[in-house]
Amino acid sequence: MYTNVTYREIEGRSPQYFILLAVVGVFIALGLCAAYYMEHNGHHVTGMSNQIVWGMPHVFAVFLILAASGALNIASVASVFERTMYKPLARMSGLVAIASLAGGLTVLILDLGRPDRLVLAMVTYNFKSIFAWNVFLYTGLFGIVGFYLWSMMDSRYGMRFYKPAAFATFLWRLALTTGTGSIFGFLVARDAYNSAIMAPLFIAMSFAFGKAVFILILITTCHFTGRSLGRVVLFRLQRLMGIVLAATGYFVIVQHLTNLYMAERQMVEMFILFGGNVYSFLFWVLQIIVGTIAPLILLLYPRLGGNLGAIVLASILVVMGGFAQIYTIIIGGQAFPLSLFPGMDVSSTAFDATIGPYIPTLPEVLLGFSGFAVMVGIVMIAMTALRFLPLSLSDSVVDPDHLHEILDQEDGAVGDAEAKNFT
Amino acid sequence: MRSDDDWGLSRLLVVFLVIINCMAPAVTKAGDKMGPLIPKGKGERCVEETGFMRRNHMELLKHQRDETLYKGIRTKRHSLQECIACHTVLGPNGRPVTIASPEHFCNVCHAYVAVTPDCFMCHASTPGSSDPLPSGDSNEGK
Amino acid sequence: MSTRCTCAETCQQAGSVPRRSLSCTTCTRTTGGSESTKTVGTMVSRRCAITGALSAFVVSHGVFLLLSKVVAAKPADQSVSRTIRWGLLVDVTKCTEGCSSCVDACREEHGWTGFGRPATDPQWIRKLFLKDRATGYAVSLPIMCQHCEFPPCVDVCPTGASFRRADGIVLVDRHICIGCRYCMMACPYNARSFVHETPRNQQPHTPRGKGCVESCTLCAHRIDHDRPLACVERCTELGHQALLFGNLNDPRSDISQRLASYASVRVRPDLRTNPGIYYQGL
Repeated sequence: MYTNVTYREIEGRSPQYFILLAVVGVFIALGLCAAYYMEHNGHHVTGMSNQIVWGMPHVFAVFLILAASGALNIASVASVFERTMYKPLARMSGLVAIASLAGGLTVLILDLGRPDRLVLAMVTYNFKSIFAWNVFLYTGLFGIVGFYLWSMMDSRYGMRFYKPAAFATFLWRLALTTGTGSIFGFLVARDAYNSAIMAPLFIAMSFAFGKAVFILILITTCHFTGRSLGRVVLFRLQRLMGIVLAATGYFVIVQHLTNLYMAERQMVEMFILFGGNVYSFLFWVLQIIVGTIAPLILLLYPRLGGNLGAIVLASILVVMGGFAQIYTIIIGGQAFPLSLFPGMDVSSTAFDATIGPYIPTLPEVLLGFSGFAVMVGIVMIAMTALRFLPLSLSDSVVDPDHLHEILDQEDGAVGDAEAKNFT
Repeated sequence: MRSDDDWGLSRLLVVFLVIINCMAPAVTKAGDKMGPLIPKGKGERCVEETGFMRRNHMELLKHQRDETLYKGIRTKRHSLQECIACHTVLGPNGRPVTIASPEHFCNVCHAYVAVTPDCFMCHASTPGSSDPLPSGDSNEGK
Repeated sequence: MSTRCTCAETCQQAGSVPRRSLSCTTCTRTTGGSESTKTVGTMVSRRCAITGALSAFVVSHGVFLLLSKVVAAKPADQSVSRTIRWGLLVDVTKCTEGCSSCVDACREEHGWTGFGRPATDPQWIRKLFLKDRATGYAVSLPIMCQHCEFPPCVDVCPTGASFRRADGIVLVDRHICIGCRYCMMACPYNARSFVHETPRNQQPHTPRGKGCVESCTLCAHRIDHDRPLACVERCTELGHQALLFGNLNDPRSDISQRLASYASVRVRPDLRTNPGIYYQGL
């Protein structure tokens, strides 16, 4: 059915390509300088402290790792759930996953107190630690997605492994996001985190963020390489993103309602939600209004179906909201002091019972952006070397049998503006 | 013109050879053979045979570090503290030099073989009392 | 080096923590030449001498030891034992609000002097001032690593750098700490510090390095030499007597008897970490 889909490398010779690659290079260089500056002077030059031990680099790293897992969703929908019209995008989805994970891990590693001992983290393990498990889950994802990509791209030997590889990838990425969520979920002492809901919440977040990042990369690539992008693809991606974003919203509601219900957690909940601080601003304005409600309208409002502008804007908003959400979770959760003696008014010679101060510094932010640059750089270079993207993603290529009409009818969707074909 | 160039080049070569020639004896004098000038330790002999120590001191230290940290075994024979106490090099002010100085016992060889020891990122590179003094006094001599 | 390290076997006493394969060169020698036999011989004879001297000491001072409940010094070449669980009792009724001598003593002992940047300076032990919201009862107390039996920091450490010694002391192996700070996220007591800048004033018995996490060691180096903890020593010297250290597993130790006679609490008992630090008078 898809023999007529022709994949082709991008040329990578246009001035725009080299300019973008140069910008990426500059950001990577700045990130490396920032990392060197932080390691040379010690972490006291960052905003991080003994109260806020994880800062901006971790926000970026977690976002990129979640996006990696979520980007794979496109491939999984095509292979595991047999929505074949996503199949032309599956290779690209695997590439974005690998690139995004590499970017996230770069940031995470360069922020370590002793990044020179990275090899130690690869050879000495404490298997009770979810962090140690994640080392396997992260490195394993590279291997599994690599194999998956091979099974998709090699028509002679790879084809027969396509299904098993697809299932393995799907299960692995669920495990990976569960592991990432559990980094926080397993923190018994911190009221903001300690909850099993962290795992499904992070899975839902990964779906939404991954899709947004993927869509932005896809549309940019198609724009610059002159590939046509049919309405069916866009419309499908748009709806799918709307659904996963709604799922994320649902888990956010459950997460906060649960905490509000437990008396011992009300303090930290009130701090995050109604503290009148940067975290409550980020939560309500960026995460909820900008990052959830606005994109939900852009993604699910019938009249905007297939609207390129709406999709791009929604993706950008989801990325912004995602950052706000992770910032609120990671930094906000640490800023609220630990309760050592419940029922007591506590003061100390250190920072007990005070809100942990945190102001991100330039090196941290630069290091974080270098993770993004690594992702974009890998995608750009890999696409010139291997055939990740079809020559055309127009409706006739992606959906030659007009399956979308049947699916639309089944879903009861009102696909207006049939004429809106963004080519 | 051309001969001038040649003359300049050969003059450079001569200067270079003279410099090399001057340096060579300085190096060889160090221990009657090529190698660094290793400061003498305090005691009569090392805890192990010198040749053995040169090749294996890092293994002994590594073993001892895990024994001490995980099992609380604090025998002195292979402890880094004892090495440092015995192989102290005094600076011009009469106080032990730190790892920052090229004169430091560890640095003399490690610089020669271009291997950076990681120990002193955490460990003190000068002797304190191996059996720690009562609190308050332990800062002395630092 | 390929030979199995016999030394490592002999070293693996009861309660020791098995570690990465130890390539011990001393042992490689013992498997090889004749010279090695001498080494073993001297080692054995020395150990015999130590044991002999020790037993003589125990016999002659046995009665005294039993009466004064002093814990016998562990020979330097013996591994720490699981039969001991070190603990500390803080009598908050004797801890005065203006006093921070335990904090000072700890800082001097381990050299964790700061750089005048409170947020990033190390804080192995700190004074807390508590006031009961309902009753107004106010106390002050020191808080540090609680040396849990089930330490969350050890659970989460990816490399196993956070570990619990057989005698209950929770430590950081700085040789394999990568500085990820996950243990600091996990610790319920905020007891750990990250070394944010190159430390000054390193003590020979307390290695400290930038980029690693550190916390109270319960003065393991002093315990191994049978000397009182720095904080306890200072508190006792000053006559406050607010800190009492001892073996929780020995029902005859001072600390066990005090704990058996008077009510005590531990911090965050709901987390079931079973800390080794007890508080009385709270």
